[in-house]
Amino acid sequence: MSARPRIRWFRFSSPPAFHALVDRLVPWLWGGAALLAVAGLYVGFFVAPPDYQQGNSYRIMFLHVPTAWMGMFLYLLMAIYAIIHLAWRVRLADVMARSLAPTGALMTALALWTGSLWGAPTWGTYWVWDARLTSSLILLFLFLGYLALHAAATDREKGGRAASLLAIVGVVNVPIIYFSVKWWNTLHQGMSVTATDAPSMAPSMFAALLLMTLACWLYAAAIGLRRAQVEALERSADAGWVRRVMLGETDAGTGQHDGDPGSAVLERGRH
Amino acid sequence: MWDGIGDFLAMGGHGPWVWGSYGAALVLFLAEVLLLARRRQRVYRMIRRRARAAGMSGPSMNEGGGA
Amino acid sequence: MGRTLWTLLRRDVSLIVTRRQDVLTVVAFFAIVIMLFPLAVGPEPEILRELAPGAMWVAAALASLLALDRLFADDWRDGTLEQLALIPQPLALVVLAKVTAHWLALGLPLVVLSPVLGYTLGLRGEELVVLPVSLALGTPVLALLGATGAALTLGVRGGGALMALLILPLFVPVLILGSGAVSQAMQGGDFLPHYYLLGALLVAALPLTPLAVAAALRIALD
Repeated sequence: MSARPRIRWFRFSSPPAFHALVDRLVPWLWGGAALLAVAGLYVGFFVAPPDYQQGNSYRIMFLHVPTAWMGMFLYLLMAIYAIIHLAWRVRLADVMARSLAPTGALMTALALWTGSLWGAPTWGTYWVWDARLTSSLILLFLFLGYLALHAAATDREKGGRAASLLAIVGVVNVPIIYFSVKWWNTLHQGMSVTATDAPSMAPSMFAALLLMTLACWLYAAAIGLRRAQVEALERSADAGWVRRVMLGETDAGTGQHDGDPGSAVLERGRH
Repeated sequence: MWDGIGDFLAMGGHGPWVWGSYGAALVLFLAEVLLLARRRQRVYRMIRRRARAAGMSGPSMNEGGGA
Repeated sequence: MGRTLWTLLRRDVSLIVTRRQDVLTVVAFFAIVIMLFPLAVGPEPEILRELAPGAMWVAAALASLLALDRLFADDWRDGTLEQLALIPQPLALVVLAKVTAHWLALGLPLVVLSPVLGYTLGLRGEELVVLPVSLALGTPVLALLGATGAALTLGVRGGGALMALLILPLFVPVLILGSGAVSQAMQGGDFLPHYYLLGALLVAALPLTPLAVAAALRIALD
């Protein structure tokens, strides 16, 4: 146990090391996501029995619940990268936060879409202002606000820092929003339809849910890392390491070596 | 468990909602992957172009490389 | 230290008040939005009364967005903000003074005016006290959150609309608690829990948001 080598995580905050890491990881993540999704769909559609109350519409749950969880989880993760970005000035953390946001927004949008399609046969209407749908909608706006602020600044560096700060402000507010919405919902109990609770779960349902959640997680990891890799390349397209990595050149014509790739920091993006 | 493909697609009368959910997920995930792949190709092309331009303007200071 | 901040606060209040236009605009906007409700929904007293807490609070939230883009932008453009960042007092306290001035000039008038407008929507008796108190507890939080949005969008093109997108979702808890207090009072329920929670939000926002605003201003000044 004690002989286990310590992984130097900050090594991966150097762009060339990160680039190589992503190339190595992403195929496995894709493979894992596809495998788990196939397994999850098989269990969800061919093993799990219909729910005695909701019939087969409950099978939307295998998509709805994982995407809703991933939306929240990705926002939290984005905020953690935002903290790393602002506290340690790791520019790659901004790249990661920015790269997770579109996938987080996508997951949240899917959670809303599937939630309303699940609601149609269950509640008889596509939309009710229940606590879960409402807070998902607010979360979607938080993602969109982050992306809009990141894009709006004329200076990408400044925009990134402002967006990181917004993500931190947002993550502090998310629990407050969530509980206030829940409270609001219980106060207006008489007016709203009772929420669809997850049906009493057979083990096979739980297995399908777990498999689909893991598949979503691996998908988000794969696409988030890949997007971060592309974004890092885009931001420092003229840097020496980019040419070395991409074109296999030993020297990128600038005659500039940065000896230890671990000490390199992500070069300032072009604006 | 299912009585043939028709029964499977009908989902006990809940087909439109179930397949509407999974179909939307498929479309959106595919779109995200394809858009990212296209962006990746674009960035790679840009880097190659710039590297070539830099390589050409390298020896003689005044050629190319402008904007 | 207190003197500097006091001077700053007085300067900001008098700047806003002598210009008068901002105060008038915000107050008129608040009244007009509330006037739109009967016109859009119809004059039936029961329906209006039902809508009153929400209408008042939505109008207050929108009105509190109005002059926010001016909160730091003027000082930023003429370089005052850079000077303020250099004075020995922490920038967060400077921010607190500025937001206080902003709320005194533009938030307090809404609180004072709210019973009159609430009456026109059918609020009566005790409700006409519960409403302004809820606004007095809640609108400072809105101003503090709004200041965060204003600082984050400083110098950004299309800042106004973007700012609304950034901060309106964060207004949700205050809106729920504020209009909830009035609704509780209308149903003869206990509205004190709403007050306590609004107060808790205010107590949490008072030290935290100025820190965030100061950080955002430093990014803009960099």
